[in-house]
Amino acid sequence: MNITLETPEDTELLGAALWQALPEKCLLFLYGDLGAGKTTLVRGLLRAAGHQGAVKSPTYTLVEEYEVNGRRLFHFDLYRLKDPEELEWMGMDDYLNQNALSCIEWPQMGAGFLPKADLEVRLNYFQQQRAAEINVLAKNRLNGIKLNWKNNNLLL
Amino acid sequence: MYVLGIESSCDETAVALYHASKGLIAHTLYSQIATHAEYGGVVPELASRDHIRKLVPLIKTVLKEAELTAKDIEGIAYTAGPGLMGSLLVGAATAQSLAWTWQIPAIAVHHMEGHLLAPMLEDNPPTYPFVALLISGGHTMLIEVRAIGKYRLLGESLDDAAGEAFDKTAKMLGLEYPGGPKLAELARSGQNRFKFPRPMTDRPGLEFSFSGLKTFTMNALHATQQTEQDKADIAFAFQQAIAETLSIKCKRALQQTQLKTLVVAGGVSANQEIRQQLQQMATKEGADIRFPRPEFCTDNGAMIAYAGCQRLMAGQTQNLEIFARPRWPMEQLISL
Repeated sequence: MNITLETPEDTELLGAALWQALPEKCLLFLYGDLGAGKTTLVRGLLRAAGHQGAVKSPTYTLVEEYEVNGRRLFHFDLYRLKDPEELEWMGMDDYLNQNALSCIEWPQMGAGFLPKADLEVRLNYFQQQRAAEINVLAKNRLNGIKLNWKNNNLLL
Repeated sequence: MYVLGIESSCDETAVALYHASKGLIAHTLYSQIATHAEYGGVVPELASRDHIRKLVPLIKTVLKEAELTAKDIEGIAYTAGPGLMGSLLVGAATAQSLAWTWQIPAIAVHHMEGHLLAPMLEDNPPTYPFVALLISGGHTMLIEVRAIGKYRLLGESLDDAAGEAFDKTAKMLGLEYPGGPKLAELARSGQNRFKFPRPMTDRPGLEFSFSGLKTFTMNALHATQQTEQDKADIAFAFQQAIAETLSIKCKRALQQTQLKTLVVAGGVSANQEIRQQLQQMATKEGADIRFPRPEFCTDNGAMIAYAGCQRLMAGQTQNLEIFARPRWPMEQLISL
């Protein structure tokens, strides 16, 4: 499915819609160039969850953890990985086994050491706007999930 | 009192030796070691967090350089956080094992406290209280420092750190990551053509936000032919935006706290344009500005050894547990 995001606010709204639609335990891959809005989308997810504070870039820390209203979210950024094997060092499996929504930016940097995603969002530059391509990969787990995007119910 | 300092919170493995009255005795960093022989071969590239292999050889190197032996060491300071859990644990476990073996006290040091106190390693150290600006790849914060252990966070970045913004913008301009220093070089041939925003300066407060500059850079770049001159002009405008934003916020922090000393630390403080703008601002404000020497702006063991030594001399110790905290608010530190 493709959606045009006219402003960063639209990107946050997409994040919010995903928070409402996705199950508690879910693996989300986020693709897109620098500045495409990956962290903005995660900010939308967290705002919808009720998180008030800052949503810092996890580029340096590799992962930022959140717990809001009983649900957990891990925000990863694998941009700085030099080798996918480094995921072993940071205990990636331990994170992914937990009951949480795991959002991974730059998942291609961890190729070979990451399980398959349930859902992927690809953010692309489209002139001054962004285009979001959303693909459901775990069809059996996310069967029939609807995304409430600007008051339209979109079947994922 | 000789104190061994161990830093392993992120990519750098660093060790130093500090003496309570003689000052800094020796310090070394993993990347400064020319020979790989000590590690039994070539260091694999994946070992960016492989502190385990580096730490003990570094400790040996420092002791040898200082012409001391393990018996001379009277305390061990290690970075206990914030940072990456795996990396922190290596430093914590090594420090506590050595402390137990040598029967000496260990002390857990906050990485940011180390950075804040780095100017104290210089010949003419600043006097408390002061305002500190910490700018690195992972952090952008303004802190009021009343004394060792008495810190108040005045403001920090809500998204990207200043150094991160530099590195990512550099990448967008086709420079290799991490390209902050290369961007600064490119900016030298740039002209004042683009006007970038000064994020969050139009409202009160000491918070920063640099994430939007990435989008601004990309949009500016797409509107040009992307020639070398275009890129240089964008680099120039970007650097000006960061330098001026930092300068505006530091001025505000000095005025709000009514303090007259500004300490600037962290890897980004090596940037000449930022230094100049902050220097000019400080002169206008009648404030004293201090920078640690470049090698102590980035992660190092000396700042950890120094901070640990002060705490140990005040009688503080860490009990025999492998204490590490990936998240560790500075306000939770105890003062001396």
